[in-house]
Amino acid sequence: MANVLINVPKTARRGEVIEIKAMILHPMETGFRPGTSGRIIPRNIIERFTATWNGTEVFSMAMSPAIAANPFVSFFAVARESGTIALRWTGDEGFAVEERVAITVA
Amino acid sequence: MTACKLQRRTFLAGTALVTMLPAAASHATPEAMAAAIKEVVGNATVREGKVTLDVPPLIENGSTVPLTVSVESPMSEADHVKAIHVFNEKNPQPYVFDATLGPASGKAVVGTRIKLGDSQRIVAIAVTSKGEFWSGSADVIVTLAACLEEMT
Repeated sequence: MANVLINVPKTARRGEVIEIKAMILHPMETGFRPGTSGRIIPRNIIERFTATWNGTEVFSMAMSPAIAANPFVSFFAVARESGTIALRWTGDEGFAVEERVAITVA
Repeated sequence: MTACKLQRRTFLAGTALVTMLPAAASHATPEAMAAAIKEVVGNATVREGKVTLDVPPLIENGSTVPLTVSVESPMSEADHVKAIHVFNEKNPQPYVFDATLGPASGKAVVGTRIKLGDSQRIVAIAVTSKGEFWSGSADVIVTLAACLEEMT
């Protein structure tokens, strides 16, 4: 269970543009830094972040080692229907986390 | 005599160029960034404007730099921003992130936190559904760089 912080309004008016903010605990090791042993620490980053609204992709982002540790992403989406927003992070070393939040659109 | 002078001049110009080359070849260069941009853009023309980068001009810690990219666009079915690509000049790699958006986004605004290894220029390129490319850039000064040794 990864530590994830998600900020999504619980309710929205139909057609309203809402902001979705998400942050996940992850070292985002670049693969360019030497460790205490002097050897390069192998790369371990999140490569992809995807947001789907009731199964339809609304936003995605391909990340590089230049994204800061504990990646934070904020983006916008039009509230069209009630349902679930699923946020998914995938990356090196088989990293895969999915979190879901419910939203009511009136 | 004139030929000799010219040779000396070209030789001096040549040495000046060599000394100007960056010492650390492991880092991305403005040329590497230009190449990375070309991979995305191809031969299309990139126009400046519509893209705004919101980033502090003076950064004390390059490990976490808040960056928000906003693009002026109606974000309608007919005219919307398809993707936003962000590049840098002096990190080990020229790529920062590629975001994919659509008419369901409502607003072409993406915020994140990035790492910066040096004072440099950050460039963002927006691709619209009409196939246009718009660019914006920001210059930042970094006092403490990211990508340092592991903390003990």
